[in-house]
Amino acid sequence: MKVYLDNGATTEVSPEVVRAMQPYFTKKYGNASSLHQFGRETKEALDNSRKVIAKKLNAHFEEIVFTSGGSESDNSAIKGVAYASEGNQIITSKIEHPAVLETCRALEEEGFKVDYLDVDEEGFVNIQQLEKLITKKTILVSIIHGNNEVGVIQDIQKIGEICKENGVLFHTDAVQSFTKVPIDVRAVNIDLLSLSSHKIHGPKGIGALYVRKGIKLNKLIHGGHHEFNLRAGTENIPGVVGFAKAADLLKFKDIEKMIKLRDYLIKELLKIENTKLNGSLDARLCNNVNISFGFVEGESLLLHLDNKGIAVSTGSACSSQSLEPSHVLMAMGLSHETAHGSIRFTLSKYNKKEEIDYVIKQVNSVVQNLRRISPLK
Amino acid sequence: MQHGIKPKNVGEIKNASGIGEVGNARCGDIMGVYIKVKDNKIINIKFKTFGCIAAIASSDALCELAKGKTIEEAKKITNKDIIKYLGGDVPAIKIHCSVLGQEALRKAIQDYESKRK
Repeated sequence: MKVYLDNGATTEVSPEVVRAMQPYFTKKYGNASSLHQFGRETKEALDNSRKVIAKKLNAHFEEIVFTSGGSESDNSAIKGVAYASEGNQIITSKIEHPAVLETCRALEEEGFKVDYLDVDEEGFVNIQQLEKLITKKTILVSIIHGNNEVGVIQDIQKIGEICKENGVLFHTDAVQSFTKVPIDVRAVNIDLLSLSSHKIHGPKGIGALYVRKGIKLNKLIHGGHHEFNLRAGTENIPGVVGFAKAADLLKFKDIEKMIKLRDYLIKELLKIENTKLNGSLDARLCNNVNISFGFVEGESLLLHLDNKGIAVSTGSACSSQSLEPSHVLMAMGLSHETAHGSIRFTLSKYNKKEEIDYVIKQVNSVVQNLRRISPLK
Repeated sequence: MQHGIKPKNVGEIKNASGIGEVGNARCGDIMGVYIKVKDNKIINIKFKTFGCIAAIASSDALCELAKGKTIEEAKKITNKDIIKYLGGDVPAIKIHCSVLGQEALRKAIQDYESKRK
């Protein structure tokens, strides 16, 4: 049996999405900037797609900028604001995606001051610390919405309010939460928000950045006047069309189904001795399960499961250059050993109960096997 | 890969002649090697490893290499031998796993020699 439980990494492109994209490769291939009918036809598809994404966020049409994906959106938002603003302080958290963290570190090298907020053991950012750290020089607060590793959903309502009261811009990376958690940028006071298509059964290489009207942003990619003069480059029309199609596919019943399977998987895996759920159970993405298995190393567990046809990911860093385990789990106060023994299972609406049962059975047997090898007790 | 998934030499040796423990939880690899020596020869060798597949495979390969060797021969086993035994295709980032194997064996031999004195 093959079971894909790594939907936090990327997802299968839905057949409806592929069908929607198809004509834009072969028949409707015009450049959306061209004035002739080939161009007008793709311009219409671009506009319609933008409307779909804008509507999902309760944003305006002109506030959606298509990009090459989540990382570009994060870079554009943070560097864009940093280079266009007077102040020099940015506040983010210790559990951001590398696209945010590394962008902030690069800005630190250029002289910006960046503060990294702590999180509690459940993975929630320290809001009091945020309030204390904001100064007149603060230009941007960037906090991830749904965490990619542990699935914790941050209180962006509260963070948005604090930013508004202090006149500071608020960016959130909503790559994992988009379509799974309702987002209303007007109700929540979000100024910038990053999206990606391939995490929601859309194609890779396309994403978007929501930029609230009136915000001054320096652009990253210079060239033509595409995307309201914020992002140059001939528009990826098949990508844009696929992204918009994918954004409208996830239904409430799919979310309910994922929550049911998620909670079942958590319940069954926690029956194994010396296991621990990482991240809050209450404010959690509908498809995320992150568990530490004591005395075993995550990459070993991952490859054993791979051998059984099961795809998951790990917070262990044996394959990364630093050998340091997940920065997210470490920020949540886990020991090195526990962080190295963590596995992330991320579901999709396509997963079935039988698959989850198979995974539970295999995890039980592999963990037992690895604990026999382990010198730790 | 087979050595990582289905290692043959897992375990501990009661009344081991020497024990070598290396690594730490920080980097995610902890390796324990147990040797039984008779007439200056390693007649049995077992390991226990907390670590990735490459670390487990390195431990198992080390056991295969050291079994039946004299102490002098075993001292000469290096991480390069371990990599060679595993077929040579160890990714650069996993080289340290084979180094751990070499260190664990040398520590076990040291432990054995210090006990004899």
